[in-house]
Amino acid sequence: MTAIPLGVPRRLVEFTIDGQEARVPEGSTILDACRAAGKDVPTLCHGDTLTPKNACRVCVVEVEGSRTLVPACSRRAEPGMTVHTETERARHSRKLVLELLASSVDLSTTPQVAGWIKEYEAKPDRFGPEAARLNEEPRIDNDLYVRDYDKCILCYKCVDACGDQWQNTFAISVAGRGFDARIAVEHDAPLTDSACVYCGNCIEVCPTGALSFKSEFDMREAGTWDESKQTETTTVCAYCGVGCNLTLHVQDNEIVKVTSPHDNPVTHGNLCIKGRFGYQHVQNRG
Amino acid sequence: MDLHFGDSKPTDDERAAVDALLGPPESSWEGADRSDADLRWARGGREARDRRDLLLPGLHAINDRVGWISEGALDYLCRRLTVPPAEAYGVATFYAMFSVKPRPATVLHVCTDLACAAAGAPELCAGIEARLGPGVHVERSPCLGLCERAPAALAIRAGDPVRTAVSAPATVEGAVLAATAPDSAPEEPPAAMAVPQAGGDDLILLRRVGVVDPLSLDDYRAHGGYTALRRAFELGPAGVIREVTDSGLVGRGGAAFPTGRKWQATASQPDHPHYVVCNADESEPGTFKDRVLMEGDPYALIESMTIAAYATGAHQGYLYLRGEYPRALHRLEHAIAQARARGLLGDDVLGQGYAFDIEIRRGAGAYICGEETALFNSIEGYRGEPRSKPPFPVEKGLFGKPTVENNVETLVNVLPILTMGAPAYAAIGTERSTGPKLFCVSGSVERPGIYELPFGATLGELLELAGVRERLRAVLLGGAAGGFVRPDERDIPLTFEGTREAGTTLGSGVVMAFDDTVPLPRLLLRIAEFFRDESCGQCVPCRVGTVRQEEALHRIVARTGAAAADDIALLRDVGRAMRDASICGLGQTAWNAVESAIDRLGAYE
Repeated sequence: MTAIPLGVPRRLVEFTIDGQEARVPEGSTILDACRAAGKDVPTLCHGDTLTPKNACRVCVVEVEGSRTLVPACSRRAEPGMTVHTETERARHSRKLVLELLASSVDLSTTPQVAGWIKEYEAKPDRFGPEAARLNEEPRIDNDLYVRDYDKCILCYKCVDACGDQWQNTFAISVAGRGFDARIAVEHDAPLTDSACVYCGNCIEVCPTGALSFKSEFDMREAGTWDESKQTETTTVCAYCGVGCNLTLHVQDNEIVKVTSPHDNPVTHGNLCIKGRFGYQHVQNRG
Repeated sequence: MDLHFGDSKPTDDERAAVDALLGPPESSWEGADRSDADLRWARGGREARDRRDLLLPGLHAINDRVGWISEGALDYLCRRLTVPPAEAYGVATFYAMFSVKPRPATVLHVCTDLACAAAGAPELCAGIEARLGPGVHVERSPCLGLCERAPAALAIRAGDPVRTAVSAPATVEGAVLAATAPDSAPEEPPAAMAVPQAGGDDLILLRRVGVVDPLSLDDYRAHGGYTALRRAFELGPAGVIREVTDSGLVGRGGAAFPTGRKWQATASQPDHPHYVVCNADESEPGTFKDRVLMEGDPYALIESMTIAAYATGAHQGYLYLRGEYPRALHRLEHAIAQARARGLLGDDVLGQGYAFDIEIRRGAGAYICGEETALFNSIEGYRGEPRSKPPFPVEKGLFGKPTVENNVETLVNVLPILTMGAPAYAAIGTERSTGPKLFCVSGSVERPGIYELPFGATLGELLELAGVRERLRAVLLGGAAGGFVRPDERDIPLTFEGTREAGTTLGSGVVMAFDDTVPLPRLLLRIAEFFRDESCGQCVPCRVGTVRQEEALHRIVARTGAAAADDIALLRDVGRAMRDASICGLGQTAWNAVESAIDRLGAYE
């Protein structure tokens, strides 16, 4: 059982989604309301533990009176708002966003995106074989994790998690501009020369696998990564007394990676280097 | 906040450049030698962090002194301001005028944008590169805002002090001279040369350009300067806002939002302090009116900002000036210093007990920083990426406080509103577009420059005034973010509602004429290239969409009719998503000009 923190009582906002009456607590986003109403709005850059960045624009919906489409993940519901989630206009933009992304980035390890590409009939190939892509080699400069910018959709979640929203280390930021913008540490140096403290909280929030455990990366390369064979066990970290929850991902009786439950009121999914990466001693059976 | 600094050290020059801006460091925590006191306490962290907004001026200081920003220099600046180096690196690499890789001290920016491209920029670039050795870095630049004198080049030589020289209209010899000997390059022509109507009796906004000495406060006052501010003090803040509202003034930067409503909304915010920001980041290709106003009549802008601040309850103003305008910078710096010395800025403006001062912030080559919220981020020392709205700037703007942001032309309109009164001002122009309007006319015309006309004049009248040449092929209204119209559409009234009815936009008042010697597909390609270069990269529709747009235009550059149909369909699909789903106006308008060229001009038929 996880504890649910109780906030102060909030007023309800009444508005309509796709013709249906919706009532959500004040401050809720359109996306919250959609999910409460059982509607599926695709999201890529949205993170449950972070302030919405609304950079990917795949969750756009139509709000009457608004000149452009609005991102459901960050726009707060207002009384009397009329929202349409499934108009041709909204679907067109979602389809194009999926096409634009899939034509420039490797989305093979992004959950759910294959389903959306099918649902929206997106055809990323139609920009031709010459369409600009990143085409960068994965950066492997330490034993803990790998940065594969070919899979990066620039959602800024790792930047926010490393910065003022969780870790306060500020080791990564976006550098460059436009299509050439990249997540980078200072001076675009190797991670080992940067301010990184290897907490792995950026991996925790990365939605596409652009940041991954070295263990997962190696197993994927070797073709031995198999999530269907993995079990997940949530336990308490034994290193110190804070009481962070760890979820051990185990495949073939080996721990292959460690995550943390996002609804845990202590960590909200965040860990330190020990909790995240210090598991080898458990399996030193020699 | 964990801060990690590498072991790279600044050179003496770099250290001196930063210290000249921030003062000498006080403790070893920010780069001074360790003293006894440092062993007992650590000072500076929070105080220094509050000066994060000095990051951009700091980057300028280093870049101006050395020509590029080294690791050691960046780390030293970060230490002084307690800014994480990764973030500062992200900011430094955002702006086109900075380099984090070594380059020569002299950079020659050669404009390759629309007016200059039509006037032979590609040949100019080739000629310059053939003549200049490795000592000068030649940079193909987006619009330098010198369209009336196209083609244009701007040389910047790092040093103490930094030297700049402009060559426009540029020849290979002129540009090479500017780059190799900026001190002996010929003086730029006076700003009034860009105003063909200069000295005319019926001018309102341009009345003083060419008439007044831009360096003399006394001359400005002798020509009616500071009467509007006196009137503002008579009316009181609410009275000023009433006049501005009644005048019907709307923003001249392109969005046409009612200025009075914006001021009222800011003035009524309970949160304090309030800020006034003047958007002088004029980077729209084809736009140069704000430069001419600032160079020719700088005190007018200082006075209007003071009035805006008084009306909205602000005591601090920021003037965000694009980095490519060295002469405007010098004139405004001089004007602000003079105004301060004479009690027209400072603690007691005009002896009325009202405090207001202005700080100039220099942009560093990023079109997106003309977007109001991106501009706030830029001033605050972050990457110039637009914020999502709501909340709007009147509620949470600069430093998260209520902010009124207006562009230069909008602000300068406030002076005649107060001196002639709202009813007389509103009588100029049409019912819904009131007052005078500045137009930047360039391209295939005999007399390119800034024209002032009352709203409601037609496109044909304006082109006639500027001496349009024979065989006109297309007219671009509103700049790269605007749209093309046909040469026979000269009846379009130049008002916000008139252009809207005609299915186009007035934008920032750009009118670029192109005759049939200018290859249209090349022009469209340049527009696409501009947007691809200037996209901040934050949202997917714009970051990738502008690239796909440029690729499609490359593919069809020599094709027409059915052969181009599939790529035109692709462009429409991408363009629609960019317009609908991008975060800000850059992505939303990136497809306008190309679309209008296809639909109105039949560019690929």
